[in-house]
Amino acid sequence: MRKPKLALYWAASCGGCEIAVLELKEKILDVAAAFDLVFWPVALDFKYKDVEAMADGEIDVCLFNGAIRNSENEHIARLLRDKAKVMVAFGACSAMGGIPGLANVSDRREIMDLVYRRNPSLANDEGVLPQTKTVVPEGELTLPELYDTVKTLDQTVAVDYYVPGCPPEAGQIWTVVSAVIAALKSGRLPPKGAVLGAGEKTCCDECERVKEEKKISAFKRPWEIVPDPERCLLEQGIVCMGPATRAGCGARCPSVNMPCRGCYGPPAGVVDQGAKMLSTIASIVDAPTPEEIAEIAATVPDPLGTFYRFGLASSLLRRTKVPAAESEARV
Amino acid sequence: MSDNAFEPRLIGFLCRWCSYNGADLAGTARMKYPPNMVPIKTNCSGRVDPTFVMKAFQEGADGVLIAGCHPGDCHYINGNYRTAARYPLMKVLLQQMGLEPGRVRLEWISAAEGDKFARTVAEFTEQIRALGPLEWGKQFSGNGSGSIGAGGQEPTEALEEVPA
Repeated sequence: MRKPKLALYWAASCGGCEIAVLELKEKILDVAAAFDLVFWPVALDFKYKDVEAMADGEIDVCLFNGAIRNSENEHIARLLRDKAKVMVAFGACSAMGGIPGLANVSDRREIMDLVYRRNPSLANDEGVLPQTKTVVPEGELTLPELYDTVKTLDQTVAVDYYVPGCPPEAGQIWTVVSAVIAALKSGRLPPKGAVLGAGEKTCCDECERVKEEKKISAFKRPWEIVPDPERCLLEQGIVCMGPATRAGCGARCPSVNMPCRGCYGPPAGVVDQGAKMLSTIASIVDAPTPEEIAEIAATVPDPLGTFYRFGLASSLLRRTKVPAAESEARV
Repeated sequence: MSDNAFEPRLIGFLCRWCSYNGADLAGTARMKYPPNMVPIKTNCSGRVDPTFVMKAFQEGADGVLIAGCHPGDCHYINGNYRTAARYPLMKVLLQQMGLEPGRVRLEWISAAEGDKFARTVAEFTEQIRALGPLEWGKQFSGNGSGSIGAGGQEPTEALEEVPA
């Protein structure tokens, strides 16, 4: 029997998801034994034209990590969607926009201006900005076009499965890979849209810290206190995203005294992770009058960056000031 | 009402024990106020999940009013205290996305305060009229759903193109 073909790609991502795949360690050999790796830019020397030359649906599974924020990301996402039978949004950026998605508070013009003109450590007196096309004596140079809005993979192409996490836990990756192998053999694939390699409940469900009554009179940043290693971090005033985050990682961050950052996304049935976390936080503030409650609640540092650290691009929130040209250009 | 003039579209989440009855009173007392707000009855102002407010903006609201019982009057003892905590946090969050703070409003309106209800709606309508249309939902063709696993692409835009 021919081996199923596997492709891996990185779009707007940090490379952590690729490292997470390598975290499989010697099991990576099992992956290589079970699959025919046909495209994996970080590790193997295949070119885009090799993928373009494939027949539609020739790749069995594509693990796609990274958000979509430039024309190259989008082009390859569409290309791989055509070539792959099963498209997996792999990692937080691909599934929810991830850290790059936080750029959606701003837009291309502002980002370009800050990075290439107003950055204090920069010497760019002529105000040169990167161009999609530059003519030099040797010919024409091209760069992908940066988009105004960072999108998730499923806002760009149809996605079959989601594997959340920043990055997905190595153990979970193995579970997903072996489940997909088994499913391909039996022909019984999980239902489209399923979240693989994660639980249905919340991070708190996996967290072994002692949880009592949550009543908070002040919010703290992790460096401000030495947290009790046994007690719930949220009860100690540290904003821990556990209650609004999907289980699956084994509560790794809380187990080392760091609050959950929410990378596994919302648990099953929740539309907007940040909105749920906001509700959670507001419900545990303890003060006698509405005014005092409001005062304490307003001390949560950077609610947007905290509650939507990984999920801004997939959230209900939209940037309010938007360049008019974009809506036409990107549809 | 001319076709071109901007008419604010407002959503009001009204608690059924106080503010909704306040709205009823404004009606039975025949008080006049602008017809721009769509009232939605919720069991408690504390039931108004921030998701509701965001969804309202995404689906075309220009302003959202949350109205509940005065502090101490909550039918569920402390539901409106939850609202009181959620509201400032939500406001900061929305401001971080560039939303004008005046587009959300929290008022305590009792069942006896029909006049306050009418006045609030009138004021809020004018406030939003001054701010202009929001058009949050048209920002980009996202699938409008934050839940991963919901899948599918931009149903909202496709639906809008269907002729009436």
